[in-house]
Amino acid sequence: MVVEEINWMAGGPQGSGVDSAANIFGRACGYGGLFVYGRREYHSNIKGLHSYFHLRVSKHETLANVNDVDLLAAFDAETVVRHITEVVKGGGIIVDTEHVNTRIFEIPPLPPEFKQEFRQFLNNKGLGDNLSELLADAEKNGVHIFKVPYMQLLEAIAKQLQIQQISKITRMINVLTIGVSFALLDYDPELVERAIKAIFADKPKVVDMNMIAFKTAYEYARNNLGNKFGRRLEKAEISEKRIFLSGNQAAALGKVLGGCRVQTYYPITPAADESEYLEAHEIFKTQDGQGSIIVIQTEDEIAAVNSVSGAAMAGARAATSTSGPGFALMVEGLSWAGNSEVPIVITYYQRGSPATGLPTRFGQSDLRFAIHAGHGEFPRIVLASGDIQECFYDAATAFNYAERFQVPVIHLIDKAMANSSQTYKVFDASPAKIERGDMLDPSRIQGGSYRRFLFTESGISPRVSLGTKGAVHWYTGDEHNEVGHISEEPSNRRAMVDKRMKRLELIDKEVPTEEKLNIFGDKDSKNVIVSWGSPKGAIIEAMELLAKEGLSLGFIQVRMLHPLPKAYMADLLKNREKIIDVENNYLGQLGGIIKEETGIQANYHVLKYTGRPITTTEMYNSLKNILTGKAAERQVLTYGS
Amino acid sequence: MALKMTDFKTDVFADWCPGCGDFGIMTALQMAFAELGLEQHRYVLVAGIGCSGKEAHNVRVNGVHTLHGRTLPFALGIKIANPELEVIAIGGDGDGLGIGAGHFVNMGRRNLDITYIIHNNGVYGLTKGQASPTLQLGLKTKALPKPNINEGVNPIALAIVSGYTFAARSYAYDVKHLKDIVKQAVQHRGLAFVDCLQPCPTYNDINTKEWYAGEDRKDPKTGKPQPRLYKLEETGFDPIVHEAEQDFAKKMAGIEKAREWGDRIPIGVFYKNQLTPTFEDRITQRIPFYRSAPPCKQKISDETGKPIADLSEFFEELKTS
Repeated sequence: MVVEEINWMAGGPQGSGVDSAANIFGRACGYGGLFVYGRREYHSNIKGLHSYFHLRVSKHETLANVNDVDLLAAFDAETVVRHITEVVKGGGIIVDTEHVNTRIFEIPPLPPEFKQEFRQFLNNKGLGDNLSELLADAEKNGVHIFKVPYMQLLEAIAKQLQIQQISKITRMINVLTIGVSFALLDYDPELVERAIKAIFADKPKVVDMNMIAFKTAYEYARNNLGNKFGRRLEKAEISEKRIFLSGNQAAALGKVLGGCRVQTYYPITPAADESEYLEAHEIFKTQDGQGSIIVIQTEDEIAAVNSVSGAAMAGARAATSTSGPGFALMVEGLSWAGNSEVPIVITYYQRGSPATGLPTRFGQSDLRFAIHAGHGEFPRIVLASGDIQECFYDAATAFNYAERFQVPVIHLIDKAMANSSQTYKVFDASPAKIERGDMLDPSRIQGGSYRRFLFTESGISPRVSLGTKGAVHWYTGDEHNEVGHISEEPSNRRAMVDKRMKRLELIDKEVPTEEKLNIFGDKDSKNVIVSWGSPKGAIIEAMELLAKEGLSLGFIQVRMLHPLPKAYMADLLKNREKIIDVENNYLGQLGGIIKEETGIQANYHVLKYTGRPITTTEMYNSLKNILTGKAAERQVLTYGS
Repeated sequence: MALKMTDFKTDVFADWCPGCGDFGIMTALQMAFAELGLEQHRYVLVAGIGCSGKEAHNVRVNGVHTLHGRTLPFALGIKIANPELEVIAIGGDGDGLGIGAGHFVNMGRRNLDITYIIHNNGVYGLTKGQASPTLQLGLKTKALPKPNINEGVNPIALAIVSGYTFAARSYAYDVKHLKDIVKQAVQHRGLAFVDCLQPCPTYNDINTKEWYAGEDRKDPKTGKPQPRLYKLEETGFDPIVHEAEQDFAKKMAGIEKAREWGDRIPIGVFYKNQLTPTFEDRITQRIPFYRSAPPCKQKISDETGKPIADLSEFFEELKTS
C-alpha cells in the first residue's frame, strides 16, 4: 500500500551518526518531492547517551511531529526499549539480531527513573527483562520486527572496502539502517544515493564507504525481508524548488539578508550552530559582488553583547546569539544598550530552564525573562518566531525594528525550531526590505553641533555612526543630557526617561498589526487559542483535524510579545467563550501577560514542560477535550521520550 | 590647520578630587591626540566605570562611557566594525584587572590594533577606597578596615603573558612621559597596554605623590629626595623584538623588569613586538576585502531599500529538489 505519510525514527547512542542518518533520509525524501519535518532529540553529552531523530515524511506539508512511529531504525537495544511503545500497529522495528536477547536493565546508560518506570510497565504486561519478550509482545500486537545481522553486514562491507578491523566501520550502522528502511519502503535507491553524494560532497572517500554500506543493506533487505512491510513510499512529481533546513540555519540566512555584518557568540546549546553556520559562510554573494559577516567567538556572553553594542554604534548591523544562561549574563549590557538607544539584536534560543536546566531540550519558560531582563525601565522589542520560516523573516526584520526605533531587539526562537528541520519552498526574499531609521545625512551636520540624544517630537534622535566627520559624540551608561554627557539634573532626567519610554507607544503605533500577530482558523469562532513560538505547527495541524469534525476554533499566534499589541488583542479576545492558552512552560506566561495587559484571562491552559515539544496528536486530543467540555482548565501534556 | 591640544578639550567640568592623577592622564591624552594629528572624529575613547571613566567626557573625541569592566568588549566591537578608527580604551585597575580580568586576558589572544590604558592607583576611588587588584598584600590604605588580604597582580607581566604586543608603564604626574608613551601605544601596530601609575590623593595614603617622588628617602649627603621612578629608556633597555626568535627572551626580560618595585620602579616600554599579525590581519586573511569594505561600510541595500545579499548559493546548498 502506498502511503501518504511515514514517520521514521532513527535512534542510537550520541555520536553514532543519528544526525547524518536523518539528514540522508530527509534529503532522499526531499529529492522524491516529499515534505519532511524532522525533530532532533539528544542528551547533553558527547558520546554514548541516547539520541534520536523523528522524521515525518509526507506528500503534504508537515508542520510538527505526531505521536506515531511507523518505522523505527534502532542502532542499539536502548532505542528499542525507549521507543517501542510509540511504534504503531502495522509499523516496523529494525533491530540488530545480536541485540534481540539484550537484558533490558543491563543497558548501561538507562537512568534509574526510566528503569523504575519501565519495570512497572513490564510487570503490568507480565513480561520479563529480556528484550526478545518485549519484541515478541510488540509482534503479537501487529508490529513487524525486522531482525538484521548488523555485524554480518559490516563484515561484508569491510571486505569490499578491504578494511581489516570492523571497529573502524561500526559507524556505518546508521547507513545500514537507512538501506534496510528504504528497501522496506520500496523507495527509489537512486534518490538515496544522490543524498549521500550531496551530503558528503567534499569527502569522496566517505561517499564511497556510505554507498557500499547503503547498497549492501538495501540488497540484503530486498533479498531477506521481502515485502513483509506493507507501507510503500512513493515519490511525487514536483516542479518547485525546495530546501530542507533547521531553525538555526534559517535565522542565519535571515541575518545575512537583513544586513547583519558582525555576529558574536559564546558557545552554548542550542544557539551555537547558527554562529558556526554563519562563520562557515562568512563570505557570500551580493548583487554587486561580495559581502561578509565577521563572526567572533568571545570569551563570554558579557563580551558578546557589549561588542555587539560597539559594532552597532560604529554603524554595522550586529547581533549575538545565545540561550538562557548566556542571556542571563548579557543583562547588564542589555540595560546599557537600552539606556544608550543602541540598536542591537539578540537572538535568544530558549531551552529547558532554569539554571542549566535541560541544555539540549526544549522549553518556553523565558518569556517573562526576555521582557523584563535588565535593571531599570527601558524600551525594547521582544519578537517570537513560530516556525523555521518565520525565523528567517524575523531575523531580518529584527534589525529594522532595532534601527528604526533605536532599541534592543530580542528575537526569541526555541530549541524545537533551532534543531528541527523542515522542507520549504525556497524562501522568497523579495518582501524583505532594509529600513535603517533616522540616519543623519552627513551633509546635514553643522560643525560641532551634533547631539546624539536630541529631544525630538517622536523621541527618536537622528543617528550617526562613531567616526562621522563633524559629529563627535558621546555615549554613557549614566543618565545623560542631549549631548551624551552625564547629567543628574531632575528635569533632564524626567525628559530623558520620557524620551526613551514613549518609544513603546511609537512602536505600538508604527508597526503594522500583521507583523505583530498571525490569526489562523475561524476568526469568529467563540473559541480561540492564544500561543507563541513553536507550538504553532501542532496547533494548526490539530485545528485542521478538528475542523474536519466540525469543531471550529480560532488561533492567535502572538509574534510581538513586547510591546504587546494590547488594544488589538483586547478587541480580538472580547466575548469569547473559551480562551485556550497553549505554552511550553508551567505558569502560562503569555496568558499571564495578556491578563496584565488586557484584563482578559484565558480560561484553559494547555501546558507542557517535559522538555519535549507538543505533538499534533497531543494537541488534537487536548483541544478536542476542551471543545467537548471534557477537559480540566489546566492540562499538562507529557508525551515523548 | 594643525590641531592643538585645546581642540581636544570639552567644556565638561572635570570633577575629580584636587590633585587626582586623572587630570594628568586627561591632559596627556589631549596632548597625544593633538600631536598624533588625526581629526577628533577619528578617535574613539572607550571608558569604563569609576573616576577614570569620566575622562571620556573631558576629551573632545568620540566618547563611549561603558560598563564596569567592559571597556575592552565595547572597543572590540567598535574596532572590528570600523578598523579605520583609532580606538583607545581606558579604565581603572579594578575595572580592568578585577571585574574585567577575563576580557583583559582574552584580548591579548587577539592582538587587536587598539590601545588600553589602565589607571593604576591601588584603590577603588569612587566607591570610597576599597583595595584594587594591584594593591600589594598586607598594605592598609586609608579606608581599609584591615590590611589587604590579597596579593597584588602585576599588570605588565599579565599583559605580556596574555599576548599584548606592547606593554609600557608611565606616571600620571609625568605628563610629557605619559603623552609620549600614549603616542607610542597608539602608533603601535597591535594591542598596546599602558599601566599608568597614579596616586589617589584621597584614598591611597601609601603610594602618594611624595612616595613616588622619594621624599621619604632623602639622600643623606645632599638631603635631596631620591625619586623611585626611573626611565627604562635611559638605561639602554631594548624592549623591541627585532626577530621572531628573540620573542621569548624579550618577554622574559620585560617580565623581569616588571617585577621591580619598591625603591626602584621602572617606567617606559617593557616589551614591543610588531611581528605578530594583528586581529585585523587575521580577519583579512579570511576576508580579503575586509579593510576596504569593513562591516560599517558595506552596502546592505539598494536604492529602493531591497537587501543586496544574494542567498542563491545558500539555497543551492540546502536544496532538496
